[in-house]
Amino acid sequence: MSKLSSISRKVPQILRHGILACTGLFALLPFIWMVSLSLKPQEDIFAADFHLWPSQFSGVENYTAAFVSAPMLHFLANGIFVCAAIFLVQLIVCVPCAYALAKLRFCGKDTLFAAVLVGILIPPQALAIPHFIMLYLFGILNTYASLIVPWMISAFGIFLLRQFFRSIPDETLQAARLDGLGEFEIIWRIMLPMSTPAIAAFGIFSVVAHWNDLFWPLIAVRDQEISTPALGILLFRDDETGQSLGPLMAGSVIIVTPLLLAFLAAQRRFIDGMASTAAK
Amino acid sequence: MANIHLDTIAKGYGETAVLKGVSIDIRDGEFLTLIGPSGCGKSTLLRIIAGLETQDSGSIAVDGDIIDGKRPKERDVAMVFQSYALYPHYTIYDNIALPLRTRRLSNAQRFPLLGSLVPGRQTIEVGIRQEVGNVAEMLGISHLLDRKPGQLSGGQRQRVALGRAMVRHPKIFLMDEPLSNLDAKLRVQMRAEIVDLHRRLGVTFVYVTHDQAEAMTMSDRVAVMIGGDVLQIAPAEELYRNPDDIRVAEMIGSPKINVVARKHWRIGAPQFALPDSQIAFRPESATIAAPSGGMLEGNVAGIENLGADIFVKVELGDAGPMVVRRAPGERRLEIGESVSVITDAAHMLVFDAAGKRVRPVERIAA
Ligand SMILES: Nc1ncnc2c1ncn2[C@@H]1O[C@H](COP(=O)(O)OP(=O)(O)OP(=O)(O)O)[C@@H](O)[C@H]1O
Ligand SMILES: [Mg+2]
Repeated sequence: MSKLSSISRKVPQILRHGILACTGLFALLPFIWMVSLSLKPQEDIFAADFHLWPSQFSGVENYTAAFVSAPMLHFLANGIFVCAAIFLVQLIVCVPCAYALAKLRFCGKDTLFAAVLVGILIPPQALAIPHFIMLYLFGILNTYASLIVPWMISAFGIFLLRQFFRSIPDETLQAARLDGLGEFEIIWRIMLPMSTPAIAAFGIFSVVAHWNDLFWPLIAVRDQEISTPALGILLFRDDETGQSLGPLMAGSVIIVTPLLLAFLAAQRRFIDGMASTAAK
Repeated sequence: MANIHLDTIAKGYGETAVLKGVSIDIRDGEFLTLIGPSGCGKSTLLRIIAGLETQDSGSIAVDGDIIDGKRPKERDVAMVFQSYALYPHYTIYDNIALPLRTRRLSNAQRFPLLGSLVPGRQTIEVGIRQEVGNVAEMLGISHLLDRKPGQLSGGQRQRVALGRAMVRHPKIFLMDEPLSNLDAKLRVQMRAEIVDLHRRLGVTFVYVTHDQAEAMTMSDRVAVMIGGDVLQIAPAEELYRNPDDIRVAEMIGSPKINVVARKHWRIGAPQFALPDSQIAFRPESATIAAPSGGMLEGNVAGIENLGADIFVKVELGDAGPMVVRRAPGERRLEIGESVSVITDAAHMLVFDAAGKRVRPVERIAA
């Protein structure tokens, strides 16, 4: 009797985990496929029969090829530099703006916030041509600046941080004003440290988006010297290697690994940040 | 030390007027309590004094100097908030030290990260350490300095908030319901500690509460605010005995003062009480008498025995219920019993139809 009931209690649980595992596998499949390809030799990849496990390991050759035939480390360094610069500038712009929208009283505040919401709705692709023309007029196409400048203001970041800042009690800010802090010091010493979950969440969004971005670098940059990893892989495919899928996939693995590691490290923060902003 | 002169301060948010011309003179070194129901504008008034909010009209002078345009930092005012408003990411030491750092360190010395390299900072930090230590000692929180606010109990956080306010020796202390988050026992203890602190510091305290026991026991004078107006400012004793407005009379005193319209009094109402006036008297200045022997007739509706006092609720019919205090030794009453109530003219407070106090004419003449 008790055995039966304990089984019947477990069934929905098993079902639930089964469904989750299936969807998880579905999302993971491209990654598994990528890793598998990056370990196979050329003949294996184009073989008629399909098997996930390589019949013959050529991981070492593929990865060496990826590192040797393309400046992979250079791409990675570019990616780190561009993503860090974008995120830093975004913070410098978004944090004061979010603070003003969340905590200060001024006329036109509601209109400004509405403008931020509209900004979130505009897809970045729609702005690609105006941005391109603007950068052309500035004469900074095909430079690091052309990769950074269009992303300086993040409407999403302003929105996310504003929502979080609103949950910080007014009394804390009033106490800070009485204690003699100026508005910028309040931002730096009170708001930022109290909002680390939201900043971490925003950081992950921003970095993932720009690390993986192929669309904009493809438009703004032609030089391998300043390519970000995603674009670098593309340029590298166009060039000599052409059909060599193994090294290409090895390159892909190399560029997603840093992101995966960063996400795993910041996972808890990220989820905290999402949960607490969603609840407000 | 400072006296504060509030001159017809008015403030509204959008359409609603929150303060309607508040004038109070607060004396040097005084403990003034603002009491009033929720939403009457007490916190708003404190924030205006602190400079966190600007009034729509009226002005504030401290020691004769108008401070209207000054920013909070320049006003030399400290405030303790209802939620304590400690900085959760700082240790208790840093919480208390912050007001000193912002005042003593130069901008360069306070610069993020690099500030600690600027010469002169170390000596100032040593001085700050000393003073924070003294304040912590005084409040009995020395052993907590390394913790974060989240690791403290309510009473301990309260003390830290006091410490942060005290440490820079402000001229004026503002407290916005500082005890309302504590349990009853701790509240009584902290009440005594705050009074003691006021005595030791000797500075001007403005204390907001809606607990009349706090107002009565702690303050030199009490200002009663209702709906954005100050109705009366007087020592607690005076407010209790001699209120100017029926709303003041009803707010001060527990159980509440009895109010019976003039028309319900068979006999005994004062001569000068007009037909539409109301007559009020405290539970302790009335006695119970045999039916039809007193001024008001009714039935016993309830008896509340608190040991030292017994409160008898008498239902007066049309005139509503009222409460009489009796000593324990008196004859037991039964619920439903017919009784009458006697009080004497000396203890009756007469209010006109608008609720303003009416005093006998001859006393005004004298
Ligand atoms: N920033 C604001 N915007 C709009 N209305 C406000 C604002 N701050 C306060 N009010 C309104 O002003 C009135 C007085 O508020 P205040 O906080 O001064 O009341 P209080 O007497 O301190 O009440 P409590 O005892 O509940 O703390 C309230 O009706 C409140 O809704
Ligand atoms: Mg209040």
